[in-house]
Amino acid sequence: MSRFDELGLRNRRAVPWESVPLEATERFRETVIGAVTDGWRIVSLFGLPDGDDAARLVAILADDARGELGATSTRVGPAYPALTPDCPSANRFEREIAEQCGVVPQGHPWLKPLRRHPPDHAPPARRTGGSPVDREAYPFFQMEGDEVHEVGVGPVHAGIIEPGHFRLQAHGETVLFLEIVLGYQHRGVERLLETLDRGRSVLAAESIAGDSVIGHAGAYCGALEALTRSRKTPRAQTVRGIALELERLANHLGDLGAIAGDVAYAPAAAYLGRLRGECLNLLMTLSGNRYGRGLVRPGGVGFDIPAEMAVEMRDRLQGLRDEVEPVLDLLFGSASVQARLEGVGVVSKVACADGGFVGPVARACEVPRDVRHDHPYGIFRFAHIPVATAWAGDALARALVRRLEIERSLAFAIEQLGALPRGEARVPCGALRPGELAVAMVEGWRGEIVHVVITDASGAVRRHKITDPSFHNWAALALAMAGNEISDFPLCNKSFNLSYAGHDL
Amino acid sequence: MLDLIRNRLRQGMRTLAFPRVPAPELPERFRGRPTRDPGRCPDDCGPCASAAPSGVFVRGPDGRTALDLGACLFSPEEAAACTPGAVGYTRDYRMAVTARGALVTPTGEVALARALDERSRRLFGRSLRLRSVVAGSCGGCEAELVALGNVVFDLARFGVQFVASPRHADGLVVTGAVNANMRGALMKTYEAVPAPKFVLAVGACALSGGPFRGSGEVAGGVPEEIPVDLWVPGCPPHPLTILDGVLRLLGALENGAP
Repeated sequence: MSRFDELGLRNRRAVPWESVPLEATERFRETVIGAVTDGWRIVSLFGLPDGDDAARLVAILADDARGELGATSTRVGPAYPALTPDCPSANRFEREIAEQCGVVPQGHPWLKPLRRHPPDHAPPARRTGGSPVDREAYPFFQMEGDEVHEVGVGPVHAGIIEPGHFRLQAHGETVLFLEIVLGYQHRGVERLLETLDRGRSVLAAESIAGDSVIGHAGAYCGALEALTRSRKTPRAQTVRGIALELERLANHLGDLGAIAGDVAYAPAAAYLGRLRGECLNLLMTLSGNRYGRGLVRPGGVGFDIPAEMAVEMRDRLQGLRDEVEPVLDLLFGSASVQARLEGVGVVSKVACADGGFVGPVARACEVPRDVRHDHPYGIFRFAHIPVATAWAGDALARALVRRLEIERSLAFAIEQLGALPRGEARVPCGALRPGELAVAMVEGWRGEIVHVVITDASGAVRRHKITDPSFHNWAALALAMAGNEISDFPLCNKSFNLSYAGHDL
Repeated sequence: MLDLIRNRLRQGMRTLAFPRVPAPELPERFRGRPTRDPGRCPDDCGPCASAAPSGVFVRGPDGRTALDLGACLFSPEEAAACTPGAVGYTRDYRMAVTARGALVTPTGEVALARALDERSRRLFGRSLRLRSVVAGSCGGCEAELVALGNVVFDLARFGVQFVASPRHADGLVVTGAVNANMRGALMKTYEAVPAPKFVLAVGACALSGGPFRGSGEVAGGVPEEIPVDLWVPGCPPHPLTILDGVLRLLGALENGAP
């Protein structure tokens, strides 16, 4: 028996909104903190207006070992006692709640703006009164001392990079503290998904993070399909799975190329940059767009894979596998590359547990967290991809995890293209059931993508909460930089390659 | 060392011969420049415009229905919103233009970008330094700008380079719908580029707000205070679409070629 058995919430299984427990705030805190102490993990924690001047806080928790999800909620006024002091992984979620809902988590140790925008999910009566976090003023952490200096970078960067501001407190070359200020890419995506009709909102969902089109569209559609009881065919599930792994391949290859570039290992940087493109071109063959836009649609996929295309894609992937292997041997076999990556940007297993980090960042420090394995859905219920882990938690470990995942995604895609089940590519996806909550999780290439959708009594979307893996992992980058040299920053940053757009929404 | 040489030989030369020869054919499903058959699509297009998930259907200067390539998100749904067979996508990647208005077209045909004037071409024709500013995007257009630097497209062979400071730049590449949190930084960066300067607006967001059109946090693309010299549609534009536009601007490609 687990603590949330009665609710029966799972990845992509909707439950009545009324069945989500509504607890007194003190009891809610105990439930969430107790569950996290018992090994559960906060998957999402967010607020929505509940009446004229109250907000409802909802916590979604996961037991990865048992593949179960739990949910609980509480109603709060203008303030409530923060969870963060007792549960560090709530940190960014509570900053988000303060900013979105205008609710103060009292006792929060680091209550600063997260994205800098007006409170767009505050109860109506408090929407005009100003936010508890000031959009214009950002209080930076500062160190004092004769030999301490500060380095500021961004929001406009030296290369072709999304905007973000990094402020390093350094002693000589050694970084003592890195503060990351985001929100420069904020576009108001959650509000768009809550207000647009389905025809437009799927296009907005594809634009949450432009390098995770398949991942985010998959989570968006997963939530909608749960709320409409739409049953995708095995064929549609397989095509989505292949596309998700192609997306992972493209980005992992690109990341390893970028890491090679940063350590001045030009051959691998050049070859991998091109091989990344080959994966994007496969997505273009399938969907007409290099990032897979237009493919994942509610009820299935917009494009099927005809038999000849399956053969062609399979041949191209086999060719790719033959090409990738020697290049990766070259990269990982080079002593100078290994030496440069080793020990840079370490994230410990303990920090990972505290921070709730996800994806390759978690797997690189021996935390085998992977939605495809822990909360399987679609094709991943039938075709298992082994979880790739490493233990050192440094830039080299993150590169190694990517290498293993490249090999496994290639094997998966090649196998699935040879055994596409029959069936329709897409089935109708009707109206949303009223008064329900659904959680859809996808293991995107950066890690766990979560969409939580709650419908109102008329079946309209009442709340659409998005959590990109970068939301968790930006905190890991800040931790990893402490004690490293300033010149390690670009390399360290590349070894995480987090999304600004996915975080900023 | 032997491995290094073996890999090098195996990888070979991968840079496109384009523009010396035409670019390789894009796949059958590729959604390039849209096309509209005015014979099949009525000119008083109310239903399509409201059914389409973007602002691609507009009224042209003559009051008749036209496509706005700058607002097009290149989704299958936009083509499906019209009478069957009336609107579709070609495999043509060329659609960068000099004036925003040129992207509004009844048939989908556009007058491709013109070359800069003689003096500018003398100055920048063989060496153009660009600075990238990302202002409220999804990161997709930037990924394609990065791809332009890979060995296949190799933008640097045309003397075009992305630089680390606006002070070193001849122009800006703006991507994103220009959101509230980046507007100030965009304006400052623009002002920091020494004149004469060029601006390239890349992607549906920079041209019209893209998929974020209507959000209170974003404007509808590059603000009027910033004059734009090249408009590149796409969501995101294919690297060849951007490359084609830049080369036309520099006079390295004439209208119609290759």
